[in-house]
Amino acid sequence: MSEAERVVLDALSAAAGGHAVLAGAEDIVDGVCAAVVAAPGTTAEAAAVLRVAAEHGLAVVGRGTGTKLGWGAPPSRADVIIDTGRLNRVLDHGAGDLIVQVEAGVRLDTLRERLAPAGQRLALDPLLPPGTVPGAVGGPVSGGPASDPASGPASGPVSGTVGGTIATAVSGPLRLSHGAVRDLLIGVTMVRADGVVAKAGGKVVKNVAGYDLSKLLTGSWGTLGLITEAVFRLHPLPALARWVTVPLDPAASASAHELVQRVLHSQMVPTALELDWRHGETARLAVLVEGIPEGVSGRVEVLLDLFGESAEVAETAPEWWGHAPWGAGDVAVRLTHEIAGLPKLLDAVEGLARRHGLRVAVRGSAGVGLMYAAVPGDADPGAVAAMVGALRAEASAWSGDVVVLDGPPAVKAAVEMWGPVRGLGLMRRVKDQFDPEHRLAPGRFAGGI
Amino acid sequence: MKTYQVRHPRPEIAALAERLRALLGPDAVIDDHQRLRTYECDGLAHYKAIPALAVLPAEAEGLVLAVRACAEAGVPFVARGSGTGLSGGALPHADGVLIVTSRLRTILEIDRANQRAVVQPGTINLDLTRAATPQGYYYAPDPSSQQVCSIGGNVAENSGGAHCLKYGFTTNHVTGVEFVTADGEKLRLGGKAPDPTGYDLLGAIVGSEGTLGIATEVTVRLVRLPETVRTLLAGFPGTDDAGAATSEIIGAGVVPAAMEMMDALAIEAAEAAVHCDYPHGAGAVLIVELDGPAVEVEQQFAEVERYCRRHGAFEIRIAQDDAERALFWKGRKSAFAAVGRISPDYIVQDGVIPRTALPEVLREIAELSARSGVRVANVFHAGDGNLHPLVLFDDGVPGEAERAEEVSGAILDLCIEHGGSITGEHGVGSDKAKHMPRMYTEADLDTMQLVRCAFDPAGLSNPGKVFPTPRLCGEVPGRHKGAHPLQEAGIAEVF
Repeated sequence: MSEAERVVLDALSAAAGGHAVLAGAEDIVDGVCAAVVAAPGTTAEAAAVLRVAAEHGLAVVGRGTGTKLGWGAPPSRADVIIDTGRLNRVLDHGAGDLIVQVEAGVRLDTLRERLAPAGQRLALDPLLPPGTVPGAVGGPVSGGPASDPASGPASGPVSGTVGGTIATAVSGPLRLSHGAVRDLLIGVTMVRADGVVAKAGGKVVKNVAGYDLSKLLTGSWGTLGLITEAVFRLHPLPALARWVTVPLDPAASASAHELVQRVLHSQMVPTALELDWRHGETARLAVLVEGIPEGVSGRVEVLLDLFGESAEVAETAPEWWGHAPWGAGDVAVRLTHEIAGLPKLLDAVEGLARRHGLRVAVRGSAGVGLMYAAVPGDADPGAVAAMVGALRAEASAWSGDVVVLDGPPAVKAAVEMWGPVRGLGLMRRVKDQFDPEHRLAPGRFAGGI
Repeated sequence: MKTYQVRHPRPEIAALAERLRALLGPDAVIDDHQRLRTYECDGLAHYKAIPALAVLPAEAEGLVLAVRACAEAGVPFVARGSGTGLSGGALPHADGVLIVTSRLRTILEIDRANQRAVVQPGTINLDLTRAATPQGYYYAPDPSSQQVCSIGGNVAENSGGAHCLKYGFTTNHVTGVEFVTADGEKLRLGGKAPDPTGYDLLGAIVGSEGTLGIATEVTVRLVRLPETVRTLLAGFPGTDDAGAATSEIIGAGVVPAAMEMMDALAIEAAEAAVHCDYPHGAGAVLIVELDGPAVEVEQQFAEVERYCRRHGAFEIRIAQDDAERALFWKGRKSAFAAVGRISPDYIVQDGVIPRTALPEVLREIAELSARSGVRVANVFHAGDGNLHPLVLFDDGVPGEAERAEEVSGAILDLCIEHGGSITGEHGVGSDKAKHMPRMYTEADLDTMQLVRCAFDPAGLSNPGKVFPTPRLCGEVPGRHKGAHPLQEAGIAEVF
């Protein structure tokens, strides 16, 4: 280590309360090696770390448990990883006010356990990473190993953190009834690229004072600032939950569409509505119904009638529920669509997969318009790129976007990960205001931001 | 407040008027001083300013042309929908153009299959619900002014309403906009699908009070009409009792569609105005509405009734039909205007507190009122802690307006002390910009304005609103620095 490097490390360490070390072999952001890992324990320490980074012109990438660290395009630089592992306190659970204030490094599973005794939940169930439930029905498309190198040393399921969930705006089945991350986040504390601490929103659900920076930060992939604290609105846990699952004809996208429409326009008030679709092989629709026992049983009966004899009701979620359709190392794609555009999307995926000789699994919240697709990681990168490009060319038919979230390096090199972005010029101006030197997660986000 | 008194017609405004007439047609431009007076204020009538020009485009594209013309001329502009805002958000700029969306009321699409509607910005909130109802849907955000307020205004203000307790605010229901930024750039953000790629600019735009640009078309979520709606009205001895009932309802995991409270003075006003016949002698009334699947609603409704009785409700009425339900709501929804019956003048406040602090804050407001001799009527969204204290005064009595203003400000201080907000749904606008530093640090406000600098570096879109001090956005071509150009030119003076 040079003298100059030693000076920077010492400064980062002093800023982070002694918690900064030289990066190890595992401290890699999507193939890009970091130099230092700093783990501030408070917002003030995080601000001090970012001030040191600013002073030395260092690029910074935030990291929680790392479940989605490989998503997005590889950063052009990642000098310092800010690990939020020490920002792990639940600061305030106002049970009577149905809010919780947490630090960014709090894991969602920890939070779930913390809130449950009060009969409450944060209604966020972001897509689970591959490998969390080995042996899921259908399994990962590649049948690959059920472990994720990015998930670190922890054994058993690894949960994402609050910060990572906000940064990637990833949602799950509950979104249909409870909204996305942006809808549940009511306040945020962030540290800017220049080390200035700012907050927006607050601890009350209803609040229109000032700009809603929470929403701007949600899904900004760490490119606008480091999220250190968040306040969420909570919901009561339902007394009862039942899943009604029905197999569908895997060759007829129209049948899936028709059932989705019938459930949405009904009075069943589904909490979630998920589709699992592998053309010509497997297709099933599952509906989550929650509420008081008398109400749930009645609505389940109506759904069973609607779905016919092959439908089944269960007290637990189907094994595939809420899980990404991909396995470790596969290509992960996010597909948005207008709700009624579902059959066009499914048909386009099927047609293009066949044309390019790819095996594609699709799964997600059909009632929301947010699906995920998986392509085996050993697929020909050129074929994947061709399929993604062709899907984008057709995507206006279902008003959607096609984003490649993750994939092997060869695929990432071959495809344009984010695709076309409307309003990109304005987004660049926003980025330039918040991070004029482009040191926060540079290059990871849409449009090369 | 610093204002500019214009002594002579200004050549650049006359030129802009000509240009706008050519672009939008002669009938879309108003420069007659008397006609402009119509637009001198919004729903917060004690802030007044007559705009230099008003334009009322007949086509959505006209909004874009108008903004572009303003940007080219370096003239500030303010958007206005129906002018029902309660924070002076649509207060005109005396040297600027008021861009009015009221001729743009076409509902472009009710798309049941996608559960979306596409509307022009001047569309009246309730008209959208009426258009969607035959298909089993409605537009959920329901500000009390929903019979007249516009969707574009709702987008600017992130409007709430009594039913946002369960269904969320405007920001949770807007999925797309066509938007013109302050420099005249036209953008389409989002649409009928969720999660458009890139930053959530839509999330920044909704609630930005017209300071980032103007929505020229809005795509919103439509919500399925519930199977059942049940409404009860309960009379309590006082607000503490009603507050305790509220806490138990929420604590039991019930999520009412709406839960509204009024105190004795607010009830008195409502009775005087609309004869809503609320329970005699009530120190507080609580309206609780549940909606959803019939079986759930019936069971939870019985629970709610039980909680109300347990906490001292001496009379509970259950709406037997839509007419009775409407009557329950009539007293509540007309409460602001009704206060005019018991006081010549009043200030409508809009603070938020954590719901659990309700009894304490109400006591503190009562003490404040007793100490100052200023009467305060309380109407509030009890479910989410959004208070609307109505501070009563007589402008004809010297000193009363000032005292009322002090009490009103002190109430906001209480809200902030209890970890709440200075506005839950009316917005910051002209009225509360001065209070923003009490809630946010200089760094917070500076950071918010980074967004402003990205969208509107020249500060032309609704300047002077939301933020007490504008942020300099760095080098912007044509940006005026130092003295106001009109002042420099000797045609205006600052006072």
